[in-house]
Amino acid sequence: MTDRDIHFVRTEFVDEADAPVTSIGFIGWMRENLFSSVWNTILTLFGVYLIYLIVPPVIEFAIINATWTGTGREDCLADHGACWAYVKAYFGQFIYGRYPDAERWRVDLVFLLGIVGLVPMLIPSIPFKRENVIFLLGLFPVAAFILLTGGNIDLNGFLLPDWWIAPSTWKFWIDFAIVGIVIAALTAVISIKAQSDPKAPVIIIGLIFAVMAVVAILADIDFGLETVETDRWGGLLVTLVVAITGIVASLPLGIVLALGRRSKMPVVRLLSIIFIEFWRGVPLITVLFMSSVVLPLFLPEGVSFDKLLRALIGVALFSAAYMAEVVRGGLQAIPKGQHEGAQALGLTYWQNMALIVLPQALKLVIPGIVNSFIALFKDTTLVLIIGLFDLLGQIQSSFTDPSWSTPFTSHTGYLFAAVIFWVFCFGMSRYSLFMERRLHTGHKR
Amino acid sequence: MAAIDAGGRGAPARSWINDPKIRGAIYQVLLVVSIVLLGWEIVTNAIINLERQNIASGFGFLKNTAGFGITQSLIEYSEEASYGRAFWVGLLNTILVAVLGIIVATILGFIVGIARLSSNWVISRIAYVYIEIIRNIPLLLQIFFWYFAVLRAVPNPRNSVEFAGSVFLNNRGLFMPRPIYETGASAIAIAFLIGIVGSFIVRRWAHKRQMETGQQFPVFWTSVGLILGLPILTFFAMGMPIGLDFPELKGFNFRGGMAVIPEFVGLLLALAIYTAAYIAEVVRAGILAVSHGQTEASYSLGLRPGPTLRLVIIPQAMRVIIPPLTNQYLNLTKNSSLAVAIAYPDLVSVFAGTVLNQTGQAVEVLAITMLVYLALSLLTSMFMNWYNARMALVER
Repeated sequence: MTDRDIHFVRTEFVDEADAPVTSIGFIGWMRENLFSSVWNTILTLFGVYLIYLIVPPVIEFAIINATWTGTGREDCLADHGACWAYVKAYFGQFIYGRYPDAERWRVDLVFLLGIVGLVPMLIPSIPFKRENVIFLLGLFPVAAFILLTGGNIDLNGFLLPDWWIAPSTWKFWIDFAIVGIVIAALTAVISIKAQSDPKAPVIIIGLIFAVMAVVAILADIDFGLETVETDRWGGLLVTLVVAITGIVASLPLGIVLALGRRSKMPVVRLLSIIFIEFWRGVPLITVLFMSSVVLPLFLPEGVSFDKLLRALIGVALFSAAYMAEVVRGGLQAIPKGQHEGAQALGLTYWQNMALIVLPQALKLVIPGIVNSFIALFKDTTLVLIIGLFDLLGQIQSSFTDPSWSTPFTSHTGYLFAAVIFWVFCFGMSRYSLFMERRLHTGHKR
Repeated sequence: MAAIDAGGRGAPARSWINDPKIRGAIYQVLLVVSIVLLGWEIVTNAIINLERQNIASGFGFLKNTAGFGITQSLIEYSEEASYGRAFWVGLLNTILVAVLGIIVATILGFIVGIARLSSNWVISRIAYVYIEIIRNIPLLLQIFFWYFAVLRAVPNPRNSVEFAGSVFLNNRGLFMPRPIYETGASAIAIAFLIGIVGSFIVRRWAHKRQMETGQQFPVFWTSVGLILGLPILTFFAMGMPIGLDFPELKGFNFRGGMAVIPEFVGLLLALAIYTAAYIAEVVRAGILAVSHGQTEASYSLGLRPGPTLRLVIIPQAMRVIIPPLTNQYLNLTKNSSLAVAIAYPDLVSVFAGTVLNQTGQAVEVLAITMLVYLALSLLTSMFMNWYNARMALVER
């Protein structure tokens, strides 16, 4: 029986057949994702038609029919496409506004310093973050201020009446010293009364005033830079100045407001809520109107702010309210145990906040902060309504130039602005996504 | 150190400064005093400055004659009307563009949001690109684009872009047929109302019947029939009492029909397209927030995909969608103030722009403008709190 050579059963495996061509590779993917049903096919065709309607004309306009070089409107009238020659001719204005040509290196230097400070800050694996923060938030603003305005501001004093000592740099320093000594003395008295050592707080206050003095000296020194009034600033420079000053000023204010909103003191809480809800409830444009029209009325006679500074104040207050809500979200995410642990260790409220709660809360809301920065960056375009020339304002005003007036000039200008804004905002939103993913590791369960 | 030593000896030497209650009270009193001082300083400065610049104060100016024209107004307005009237014209224009913008943005946003989740690769990519492009470009730039680059660039009235021979687009605006109501037209409105009430009754009855017997009733199609069919039937029964007034080219411009100014079209387009991108993300997040287990459980109970979406997913997604959606509506309303950049006569443009410039009473005018927006947003947030409380998951 066993000798019989019967092969009812295969003794070797049949080789695997390849999957049908229609279910693998590109075709299979298309069948699965694009043409799986009648409805899906209709959708796909509709989508392709939509792309066909939009993409080819845009490419044709922006690249194929575009004029890349030229000296005036005649060069651009020939082709029915984007007039990039006009953007090239106006590029300097779009970046610097009416900043004097000879002084533009100062703006470039500020941009460079900013990039040098910011890039290592954004990459989490690069060390020396503390030094980096000191550079970015301490040295850079002072350097940028001196470089952009030219420094050499007049210090006139602010406290003692003018008929007593004539306004001068000396009077400023006398006033400064009086304020510093009074505050230090008050602190010392209070801490002695509270039976604690007055040395530490007095030293801290001394340090703060020393830093302020250094900043004042630096701003006062004549570096030989030509003074450039802010009404000559424009373009991307103004956009970046408004956005970055707004966000940097709004962060500390927002933290204070967020803490105030969660405070146990009813008056502090109520005032914080009123402040936050007021600014969040009104459109930015009315805030800008207010800062440009009403703010001068609120100041004593003779005191006047620069137009850009007024807009900055409005923007900072406005975004502080939004920042406060972002920070509050982070504060609420910190478990109660952290507060209780800090209290059990005997930390005071401010020690608890500064050392335990805020470092964790702020780390959590970095994506939220970046998002509100994106919103603020886009909102800076609104300053053109109160007569400041940001990037969009500069582009809008360039359309009136008859030497470049063609039917496509405005399209080209808007396309250029859109690309610039898009690159900035999209880059930042990608960064915020990256940070979100990075920061999530410790909290995901 | 001293404090700790004192405590160690059993005699707690407490200073009143260290009492948190007293400290809190002192802080709050200091805060109130400094704010009152600041307010006092501001008010006195403002009074001095206003007197120096010879600017009147108070709200009496609202009764003065405005003396300027407004290109679009929903209520009767002429140059002889008062500033107060101009305020209402502006406010109504703001509300008009906001309401229409909200409707368009919601429809577009839901379509894009659902398209973003579509299994169709082409459709979901298109939605993704739309969202990422629109969200990352400033709204003001988009308004400028639609207004200056698109609507100002369309041909003059003689070469209008024509849709179906009755809608014309040119650089003077958008011209559409206007309905003319003749006698008997009100019967159609009544029929429409009856249709709405009737479909509510049908819906309740169908729900009750389903609870008792398990039988379903085609509520949706019945409602469509009632709401649309009844007015159409009445329309023909009454002998077609609604006619259309078509715009006609006479001389250099169109006469008759309904004209929509280009500023309105531009603003509406920009607002709707911009906000729709945000709404799309809200919708996507809301649908993704409903766990996939819900879908699977619903399928295992034998529900088909349609009812699953309608009865299981959307009610749960709405809980997540509504609060940020109201936020977007509010943003749209506040963003409509950008109208001032293209001179659409909204509240900010008419009141905080022209009226402010003419009267110079910046404090009063801006206070009124801000209060209007503030009231709008407070009302919305009150509604949101109420809705959240109603919809919140009841937990044990």
